[in-house]
Amino acid sequence: MCTLEKRGQLFLLKLAGDGEHRLNPTLLDSITSAITQIRSDPSSSQSVLITTSDGKFFSNGYDLALADSDPSLRVVMDSKLRSLVADLISLPMPTIAAVTGHASAAGFVLAMSHDYVLMRRDRGFLYMSELDIELVIPPWFAAMIRMKIGSPAARRDVMLTAEKVTAERGLEMGIVDSSYGSAAETVEGAVKLGEELVRRGVDGHVYGGMREALLKQVLHTIGSNESVSNRMRNSGSKL
Amino acid sequence: MCTLEKRGQLFLLKLTGNGEHRLNPTLLDNLRSAITQIRSDPSSSRSLLITTSDGKFFSNGYDLALAESDPSLRVVMDSKLRSLVADLISLPMPTIAAVTGHASAAGFVLAMSHDYVLMRRDRGFLYMSELDIELVIPAWFVAVIRMKIGSPAARRDVMLTAEKVTAERGLEMGIVDSSYGSAAETIEAAIKLGEEIVRRGVDGYVYGRMRETLLKQVLHTIGSNESASNRMRNSGSKL
Repeated sequence: MCTLEKRGQLFLLKLAGDGEHRLNPTLLDSITSAITQIRSDPSSSQSVLITTSDGKFFSNGYDLALADSDPSLRVVMDSKLRSLVADLISLPMPTIAAVTGHASAAGFVLAMSHDYVLMRRDRGFLYMSELDIELVIPPWFAAMIRMKIGSPAARRDVMLTAEKVTAERGLEMGIVDSSYGSAAETVEGAVKLGEELVRRGVDGHVYGGMREALLKQVLHTIGSNESVSNRMRNSGSKL
Repeated sequence: MCTLEKRGQLFLLKLTGNGEHRLNPTLLDNLRSAITQIRSDPSSSRSLLITTSDGKFFSNGYDLALAESDPSLRVVMDSKLRSLVADLISLPMPTIAAVTGHASAAGFVLAMSHDYVLMRRDRGFLYMSELDIELVIPAWFVAVIRMKIGSPAARRDVMLTAEKVTAERGLEMGIVDSSYGSAAETIEAAIKLGEEIVRRGVDGYVYGRMRETLLKQVLHTIGSNESASNRMRNSGSKL
């Protein structure tokens, strides 16, 4: 479901296959496992992580069909993603999301959990879809949005109008760092940026500590039990 | 003191008359009453609120002359405005402030408590006047400022220089979404924007919950008792 490759000092994590890469418990465990592997690599404190995907989607969010069939899995998926994002925030190396397909809802949050977001501009969008499918986003998603999107108007557009954010709009909003003409160019751009970052020779453990300090409020909200108060519609949602 | 009108799916709330629309207990009760009426309208989950005013002022802030004559009313006005703003933040529909006159202090906060701020550019300004009249602004006003003004320099200019923010500067700062040549054009545009948003057919209840999640920190500060530690000068203030 995801593959992990090493190229020099770059770890390439790829959400594999042509599907929607829905963040179901299996995929989340797969990704978490890859991150654990990365952490245990002896040279990890001088490395960079690049996360990308095959096909039309970066990730289309949680597996809502699965949650419909077994509502207890909502909490499971939310819990696993919280844990993965906390892992990424404390990861002792810079991280780059090479967004080569649509990133919706939890998938959008996963992309934003990286230090750099590089995105193709020929197609694809970032989309906080919840308003359109009548779900209220968890407070920790909102904390990520507040931390990664600086402009109040852009936050409103993302959360309250469910805007389908193209790379161009993403650049304007500051969510996207740079854009490219195709999927291949985006990955190439990520590899180039990754090599540049490695060349600077920063100590990954210090870097990870700094990032945690910077994103402290997000970590705090991830750790809090606020999802309990979140009521998601159980029926009639427009999936 | 305020009128409520319905045009199709748009609620038009107007601060009436040519006065300063000072947020005294009576006007605040009036406004809250109108919001209650809006909430109880059966079609409210597919509606939108536009707030505007007659005359030269949107609102010139709290009724400080009244507070001088009866200091206990300071807490009363602050409490009623907190309640009104919390009401607006949880309102199950998008909100637009059509600012056709000066909005100072508590009046500026009232304008910022809307999702969209449209403003005339031919005259009028947004003005956090407290510095000039030697009052320290309450912590919850600051929470609104931090949440609605993204740039640290802009926040400084608003709070620490008491800048008289024209529509043009408001656009630069991101406080104002769009500006117009006259009061009438501002209202017309608010209606047009309102109709566009209503056409998208979003569920107002989900929208309201999303807004609460986005502005959680403001709601938290509104609910906290920090006004107790706020010391306002009781004499010699330049009113």
